Amino acid sequence: MPSLGADMDVGKVAKWLVSPGDVVRRGDVVAVVETEKSTIEVEIFEAGVIEELLVAEGEEVPVGTALARVAGPEGPRVTPSTSVPAPIPASAAARPASAVVEPATTSTHVDQPRRLVVSPVVRHLAERLGVDVHALEGSGAGGVITRADVESAGARLRDVSHSPLDASQPAPVPRGRPSPPPEHRAYPSLTGVRSSPLARRVAAELGLEIEGIPGTGPGGAIIEADVRRATHREASVVAPSPLGWSGEGEAPRQPGPAVASGTTGADTRQVAMRRAIGALMARSKREIPHYYLSTDIDMSHCVAWLERVNTERAVTSRLVMPALFIKATALAVATVPEMNGFMSGDRFEPSAEVHVGVAVSLRTGGVIAPAIHHADQLSVDALMVALRDLVNRARSGVLRSSEMSDPTITVTNLGDLGVDSVFGVIYPPQVALVGFGRVAERPWAVDGMVGVRSCATATLSADHRVSDGHRGGRFLSTIDRLLQHPEEL
Amino acid sequence: MTDDDARDLIRAVLGEVAPEADLDSVGPDETMQEALDLDSIDFLNFVTGLHERTGLEIPEHDYPELSTVEGCVRYLTASSG
Repeated sequence: MPSLGADMDVGKVAKWLVSPGDVVRRGDVVAVVETEKSTIEVEIFEAGVIEELLVAEGEEVPVGTALARVAGPEGPRVTPSTSVPAPIPASAAARPASAVVEPATTSTHVDQPRRLVVSPVVRHLAERLGVDVHALEGSGAGGVITRADVESAGARLRDVSHSPLDASQPAPVPRGRPSPPPEHRAYPSLTGVRSSPLARRVAAELGLEIEGIPGTGPGGAIIEADVRRATHREASVVAPSPLGWSGEGEAPRQPGPAVASGTTGADTRQVAMRRAIGALMARSKREIPHYYLSTDIDMSHCVAWLERVNTERAVTSRLVMPALFIKATALAVATVPEMNGFMSGDRFEPSAEVHVGVAVSLRTGGVIAPAIHHADQLSVDALMVALRDLVNRARSGVLRSSEMSDPTITVTNLGDLGVDSVFGVIYPPQVALVGFGRVAERPWAVDGMVGVRSCATATLSADHRVSDGHRGGRFLSTIDRLLQHPEEL
Repeated sequence: MTDDDARDLIRAVLGEVAPEADLDSVGPDETMQEALDLDSIDFLNFVTGLHERTGLEIPEHDYPELSTVEGCVRYLTASSG
């Protein structure tokens, strides 16, 4: 069970999308996992053949639990197939990576290959600290290698060599796991059923099988209205209203245990989500010495540019301001790299890649901040497509594991709700969060004259262990400068 | 398009954009974005939904007219003849 965000302790396997014998490639979605916050499609980070599924559908297990056994492409049980990738070079095989389970080792003289169980986050940490996970004994349940195992091994390494990163070490590779190709991959459709959490709850309340209900939500996802409609069809007492929505098409709700238990289920999930957010934010406030800066940005160029661009565009390809905020933030990281990356132990590891976490509020309560990958390399148009897709999927409840586990910096935009500024709490182990308030007309003094301009307040919450106010100020002024030339973003 | 058609259409599209929202709680002249907690992406999805069902282009400078349910009804009935 991969860690899909620092606030996740357990996950439930909602659905397996592979079976034993299936050949998988890196990045394939192999399972759907439900967390307290969302439904996540779990991608596998290693090619191979699924040998065995170790956790049944519906089972909830702690982070770090092995979900499946995968034989590596060179493994003894590989079935000849053209889709099996070429054998991994020895150097790469020395530090294999797998979201679920490491491939069985291929040494011929070992009958029972040792399984190496390590979550991507912990493996990340190990790579950063120069710890060879293969040499570790996992102290977690079922031999899982935990963060503590890696940290103590890292500390031992430091004791041996005072400078673990001295010149004798190979040049640092770009940190982080191998990234997906920069081009935006088409979103593979699930063989399973996509549905919003609310739709599933309502279906469960009404005793309906959710599969088979035609979905009209984003990407064909089943939403509450679909379930309500299906109720009408099943009841077939009244002709279904073609535009039936929960208001007028309210399914007959019987007061009774079914409804009561459904409500309790939702409450439990709400409580669990608040607890998870609370725990993570408490940890952030406890561990991260935050400092906060804010700056007012003249947004008139952006407003005018968006207006002009959108006038020429069909509804479906119009841009919104948050896309510009995200792109400017992603680009500004190049000037002040200490805003982008992770703390591991007491060391900051800058990230060569810019994956911007976007805080998305869920209408049922709670917030989630999945990543737009390589946001610095996407055109504003591509970023807009990615943003719309991400927000829609976050709200309809289908995100992918890589989106949850690897944001390198977060952007929050509460301006749509009308607030002027937001001083956010950093998502550990990230080190910075940029907030944007609403874009509104304000008096603005230029050259001794007061005029009216569209403005927005940008704020930065950053980690004092990594940077100070001077660098933070530089970061915000870089964002400001970038937003003065929206056409170049 | 009659007022009732427009209202049904608005309900249907909002139901997709914000399935969890309770449209009945929104007064006819209340700003939908505020009442239903719609952000800019939601609103764009809403306008896209109206566009897909009516074929109207709905330029951005018309957005202010769409901020309330009654405003939307007026806009849709006037535009679609």
